[in-house]
Amino acid sequence: MDPMTGTAFVIATTLKILVFFVLLLVFVALSTYFERKVAGFIQDRSGPNRVGPLGLLQVMADGLKFILKEEVEPGGANKKFFFLAPVLGLVPATVLFAVMPFASPAPTRWGLMEMIVADVPVGFLYVLAIASLGVYGIVMAGWASNSKYSFLGGLRGSAQMVSYEVALGMSLVPVLMLVGNVQMPEIVSAQQNFATGPAAYGAWFFLPLMLTAFVFLVAGLAETGRVPFDLAEAEGELVGGFHTEYSSMKFGMFFLGEYAHLITTAALITVFFLGGWDIPFWQGDNIRVLADGTVIGEPTWWKTLLTFGSFAVKTLILVLFFMWLRWTIPRFRYDQLMDLGWKVFIPIMMVYIMILGLAMYLLDEAGIPVGWQYSGALIVLNLIMMVTLIWGLDRGMIVKGATSRTRRRAGGIRGRMTPTAPSEVD
Amino acid sequence: MPGSVKIVVRPESSASYVRAITKGLGITLKHLLEPNKATQQYPDEKWDLSPRLRGTHRMATHEDGRAKCVGCGLCPTVCPVNCIKLIPAEDENGERYAAVYEIDEFRCIFCGFCQEVCPVEAIHLGVHYENAEYSRERWIYDLERLTELDHPFTALWDPFDPASE
Repeated sequence: MDPMTGTAFVIATTLKILVFFVLLLVFVALSTYFERKVAGFIQDRSGPNRVGPLGLLQVMADGLKFILKEEVEPGGANKKFFFLAPVLGLVPATVLFAVMPFASPAPTRWGLMEMIVADVPVGFLYVLAIASLGVYGIVMAGWASNSKYSFLGGLRGSAQMVSYEVALGMSLVPVLMLVGNVQMPEIVSAQQNFATGPAAYGAWFFLPLMLTAFVFLVAGLAETGRVPFDLAEAEGELVGGFHTEYSSMKFGMFFLGEYAHLITTAALITVFFLGGWDIPFWQGDNIRVLADGTVIGEPTWWKTLLTFGSFAVKTLILVLFFMWLRWTIPRFRYDQLMDLGWKVFIPIMMVYIMILGLAMYLLDEAGIPVGWQYSGALIVLNLIMMVTLIWGLDRGMIVKGATSRTRRRAGGIRGRMTPTAPSEVD
Repeated sequence: MPGSVKIVVRPESSASYVRAITKGLGITLKHLLEPNKATQQYPDEKWDLSPRLRGTHRMATHEDGRAKCVGCGLCPTVCPVNCIKLIPAEDENGERYAAVYEIDEFRCIFCGFCQEVCPVEAIHLGVHYENAEYSRERWIYDLERLTELDHPFTALWDPFDPASE
């Protein structure tokens, strides 16, 4: 079956944009509800349960509250940028969804419909470019508010985003090395099992690229600006950080933006490392469209729906995982955050890329075809590196916990310390 | 003399990020799956109140519905915040009664002295606390309202039975 062309393509794309945009906004709204439920459950409360069945209409109530609240604009704020900032906080996160492959291609009367809004040839480079735009909302909000707390929040936000952007970009290099292509549908296909066509590794990349997946997870979490990386917000120190001066729906847009970012990050991890819309242990969904238009596999409507379900479930599980993390871990100290970004992730990824390159070269030289053996070798290699990394982290060789300072002060006696008597000081 | 500084010594094993995070995640997961939540669904599910809770006042009545108050004036005298307004009167049989009896519940500190001092056990505090109103005027309870309330009386503390056994 041929891919769609002409008017059918335009209409199909418009429909896809509408459906996926609405779906994304619904999921964003629902995730605010889930967040409050998870927060409640973790703290032995029951979460919102008053408005509507199980409190589901809480989302509506929140939205109504945001709209009805008084909008305060601080004196001395730069009006133009003050208005623009919340928009810039929300838009990049939603626009990112344009290149996300949602499901397997669906056959229609007018040709094969690929379930992706825009299969741009630059693929995840677009993701990196747009994701880094998200910081402009924070910086602009911090700068335009004319408030020192907002300003500090904006500064922190920009520094953090810039640091983790590097780690994020570098953690996608190994994916690029394996797939040899930046297009998102190709990345999904490469994680499936194909006998013919370009490289397919038959394993979700979180296994053969375990360490990368870990770095991407943490850096992606840092990109969303959520706890433990919410330095830009830091309500304990900076009132509300960059959105201190925002009220009513303008704050609401930042709020929605945060959750849109969360879902987008989860979806990105799903596509890059959890096989996208691939259903595990089932070969029936292995459908791919090659560059010349040939279709491998048998696309059907029910497979499209099933694979979309798979994608949604994976994304939701990741979103819940992020929420679980948020209500467990306290905020990083600023220097620890910077250390983790610059001194840990970037060197680790550099070394990792070199090791991976060497391993791939050796595997190619040994004549092992791309497939499960190839992936298996990479999985073993990654397991070794992951265990080493965790061991190093555990021993405080990479980032250190708070004890190291007290130990240094007391002369480095392990586990025991005799506090100096007041008379002995001076 | 300067105070000594207490230095909390943590062994390095407990300062490991990896262990701390895994342990923390375990704890939160346990609470996430905990079926018995601490939340009480308040308006649906109410507290078991102590019989000695000192809440909204109530006036005791005779069988025919008259308030028991004899207008002796002890409660406005003993009231530490002056929240009771009492104007006594005398009927044709020479019996005293309260012509005006108002308690400002907004001002009341619910000390319970009025109940303790009342010689005819007319004014009582009650086991009741939900007295939100839309206007301040509604917080001044007159005699009619005080007699109409029907929550249980507060039990006074008995010095011979201090633990209420």
